Amino acid sequence: MITVVDYGVGNVGAILNMLDYLGIDAEASSDGQQIASASKLILPGVGAFDKAMLTLRERRLIDPLNTAVLERRVPVLGVCLGMQLLARCSEEGQEQGLGYVDAEVVRITVPPGSALKVPHIGWMEVNPTGRGRLFAATQAPERFYFDHSYHVVCTDQEDVSATFSYGAELCCAVERANVFGVQFHPEKSHRFGMRVLNTFGQLT
Amino acid sequence: MRKRIIPVLLVDHHRRLVKTIGFGPRTYVGDPFNVIRLFNEKEVDEICVLDIDASAQGGRPDLGFLRELASECFMPMAYGGGITAAQQCEELNRAGIEKFVLGRSAANTALVQDLARTFGSQATVACVDVTGSGDAPRRVVQTGHHSGAIDPLDCCRRLEDAGVGEIILQSVDRDGARTGYDLELIRSVAPNLSVPTVALGGAGEAIHLAQALRAGASAAASGSAFVFIGRLRAVLVNYPSMLQMDSLNASLS
Repeated sequence: MITVVDYGVGNVGAILNMLDYLGIDAEASSDGQQIASASKLILPGVGAFDKAMLTLRERRLIDPLNTAVLERRVPVLGVCLGMQLLARCSEEGQEQGLGYVDAEVVRITVPPGSALKVPHIGWMEVNPTGRGRLFAATQAPERFYFDHSYHVVCTDQEDVSATFSYGAELCCAVERANVFGVQFHPEKSHRFGMRVLNTFGQLT
Repeated sequence: MRKRIIPVLLVDHHRRLVKTIGFGPRTYVGDPFNVIRLFNEKEVDEICVLDIDASAQGGRPDLGFLRELASECFMPMAYGGGITAAQQCEELNRAGIEKFVLGRSAANTALVQDLARTFGSQATVACVDVTGSGDAPRRVVQTGHHSGAIDPLDCCRRLEDAGVGEIILQSVDRDGARTGYDLELIRSVAPNLSVPTVALGGAGEAIHLAQALRAGASAAASGSAFVFIGRLRAVLVNYPSMLQMDSLNASLS
C-alpha cells in the first residue's frame, strides 16, 4: 500500500489515477498517524516551496514524515516540488526543507541570449547516472514531462540518480537509501512514468 | 529542448467535442472520452481542454465531467473555461488537472497572482486572443486585459509580469482555417517573452506546426490538425508518431 501525502498542495488526483491504472494499492491521506505508519510514501507538490513547507507544518505532518522516513526508513518518493522539499533549503523561500537529502534548491539559470525558457516546461529525455534503484531497469531512452522553475543541487553527487540537459547538466532524480525524488511528473509521463511508479511500487 | 505539440479540445455545455471556425460556427467532432482515450494511446505531449461555453454562460468548471476526463489522462492536462477563483483550481488539481487556463479572467491580476503563488507560475496559463491578419494591425480581443492593453506583445508582457508562466497566443482570424498559423504574430511576441509561448489558431497539417515552432513558439497547439483530415474535414484523430516528432524537433535545431 502506497500512502500519498495529501496536504492540499499537489497533484494527488493524477498520482492516484495512475497508481489505480497500474493496479498498485494506494490511498491519499492527510492523517499524521496514517503517514507515520505508512509502508511506502509518495510526497507530491506543486507551487511554492515556502507555502508547501508551511502547510506541512500547519497540518502537523512533518513529525509523522520524519517517523516514517528517518526512523522506520520506509521508501519515500518526492515528486516535482515534493522532491525539492526533500532538500535542506530553497532559494525560492526562507523555510527549511525536510533535509532528507543533503541538497539545496536553486532557480534554473539559462545562458544569456539563450532560447531556453524558464519555467522549463516540456518533455525531456533523462540520463540515468547508473546509481540507485529507480532507474536501474531502464534501457531504452526514457522521456518525462517537466514543469518547474527550480532544480535540486546535491552536495554529494552520489545521491544523483538521473540528470537532464537544460543549459547545463542538471539533477532531475535523487536517491539516498530509502529516499527517492524525481523532478519530473511520472504521473503525467505516459508509459515512462508508469515504469517509474511501477519500479517504486515494487521496491521492498 | 523538445518542443511540444498540443491537441486542443473544445467542449460545449452539452459535454460534446466541437470545433469552431473564426470563433463562430461549430462542427460536432465526437465524444470527448473517446477522443481523449485515442490521444492517450498516441502518447501526446500534452492536452488542453477548453470549455467554450462556461464563461459566456456565467458557469463554472464542470468538475464531474473533468474528473472523469482526467482519470485516464496520463499526459499533462490544461483546462480553461469559467475559472474565476483559486479554490476552483484546487478542485481541478484534485481531479488530476495541473494547468489552469485563464481567458478573460487573466485581466484579474489578483487572480493571476493568487494562482501563481498557490500553484506556481508554471500552472498559470493565459490565453490571449488576437484578431487581425495580413497587413492589418493585430489587436487583443479581450480588452479587459490589464488596463486595456491591445497590443499583443504589450498584453503578454503584462501577463508575464503578473506571474503567468505560459501564454497561449491565439489567432481568432485563423481559428479553424487550417491554412497555417499567423507567423507574423508569433514572431512579434514569442522571442520577446521569457515564458513559453504556445501558438494556436490556423494549423491544418504537420508543416504548419513546424512553421510555428521555427517562428519561436515553444509549443504548437491545434484544435483542427489532430481531429480533421482532408478538404472535407473528415473526423480522424491523428498525431505525429514519435519518429515524426523526433525528425520535426531535429529540423528545428
